[in-house]
Amino acid sequence: MGTPTVDQVAEAMLELVTVTKGKKNLKAPDLKKAMFEKFGEENIDKKMCKLAIRQLIDGGQCIYSYFGGSYITLPPEEGEEG
Amino acid sequence: MEKKELKIPMLEELEKGPWPSFVTEMKKSADNPMAADTLRQLEQSYEDKISHWKHGGLVGVMGYGGGVIGRYSNLPEQFPEVAEFHTYRVNQPSGWFYNSDALRTLCDIWEKHGSGLTNMHGSTGDLIFLGSKTEAIEPCFKDLGEAGYDLGGSGSDVRTPSCCVGPGRCEWSCYDTLDACYDITQEFQDELHRPAFPYKFKFKFSGCPNDCVASIARSDMSVIGTWKDNIRIDQDEAKKYAKNGVDIQAEICDLCPTSCIDWNGSNISIDNSNCVKCMHCINVMPKALRPGTEGGATILVGAKAPIIGGALLATVFVPFLEMEAPYDDIKELAEAIWDFWGEYGKNRERVGEFIQRVGLATFMDEIGLEPVPEMIAHPRTNPYIFFGDDLDEDDE
Ligand code: SF4
Ligand code: SF4
Repeated sequence: MGTPTVDQVAEAMLELVTVTKGKKNLKAPDLKKAMFEKFGEENIDKKMCKLAIRQLIDGGQCIYSYFGGSYITLPPEEGEEG
Repeated sequence: MEKKELKIPMLEELEKGPWPSFVTEMKKSADNPMAADTLRQLEQSYEDKISHWKHGGLVGVMGYGGGVIGRYSNLPEQFPEVAEFHTYRVNQPSGWFYNSDALRTLCDIWEKHGSGLTNMHGSTGDLIFLGSKTEAIEPCFKDLGEAGYDLGGSGSDVRTPSCCVGPGRCEWSCYDTLDACYDITQEFQDELHRPAFPYKFKFKFSGCPNDCVASIARSDMSVIGTWKDNIRIDQDEAKKYAKNGVDIQAEICDLCPTSCIDWNGSNISIDNSNCVKCMHCINVMPKALRPGTEGGATILVGAKAPIIGGALLATVFVPFLEMEAPYDDIKELAEAIWDFWGEYGKNRERVGEFIQRVGLATFMDEIGLEPVPEMIAHPRTNPYIFFGDDLDEDDE
């Protein structure tokens, strides 16, 4: 697998946050580790992961949530408790 | 609307006696319905012997992962005004210097958007705004931004760095704590607002070993001013202290932890090579003794207060560092620590606990710091055991 773009990393992160919703809360370092595994250490760096997280947060696709630590989650859906 | 009665007999017990009372102060704000319901709910908590707050959740401002702490009442029907009662951490100015105009601006913003109750300052160092409804968060943040303020850190991020008043007010400061704190705050804005660590990370800056911000006990990276030349002595002032009744031998020399200061009845002499910079003699005779002029700082790592697990004091990592902007050495050290801890730290594990788990030697090795004899746990105690090449098995 070649070097992904920030958009592709963000997309892969969003997918992971979506499939783990309700099962496991993920922190920024968890997402970074998962991306290193998915794309290969030689193709990705922590700066790229940082930019991908920033893109997801600034774009409103994910939010930071606090449950005794800071996690990256999907925004609450209508009617879901904040 | 009819005003609800404020019946808080148990809380009012706390107004008795000669001490300042938070109840008295909060009652002054009770015209604000949120402040009044805070008092009522607290009275209920005293009655029930349990807190009625619950923390956490999904509140915050767009793009930030910290700075607003979600808080809700678990009795929202009974105390509707505090059903949502979120806390803001506002990044304080370095050294907590405000003029009255700045204070008025902050209070006006807070009275417009929240309960009007503040905490100047919280144990985190930030200026705390207590009690906002969810819908007020973004408008309040906007007004704060327009007035030149930003939110501080919360959660698993760099917490708002804090410092002592340093050279702004204190002649003992061995470096410019205000500048260092400001510079580090600006440098790590991303880490402050976007939680990316296993847990919180705190920087605290004290200008001298008196450590007025308790950095050695409270921060993951503690920057404590020190000096490398000699303590400055004014013998005439020392004589005046003696003449005015200070027993220099008993009160200073006998209490010096390394017995390196002498008084012969007319002069003070110090064996500076054995001085551990405890500040005791300087604190007792500030006019006669002062820190040296070659100032800098000692960098310590790994302290924490006892929230999860016990308290830890910090350990010396860099015995002496000249503290000049842009403080590249501190920044590089912090980033090296974050890399290793970010990779292998457990959820909610502070750096100090992580060091205990992986071992100091491994930690030092991974962050690329060479051990030196002055890396100490406390004066004259070196926690490092390193075997040199001469003890390698091949040589036996
Ligand atoms: S830590 Fe030292 S320099 Fe800072 S305010 Fe306290 S005594 Fe002064
Ligand atoms: S600073 Fe402390 S160790 Fe140094 S001379 Fe004074 S009392 Fe002794």
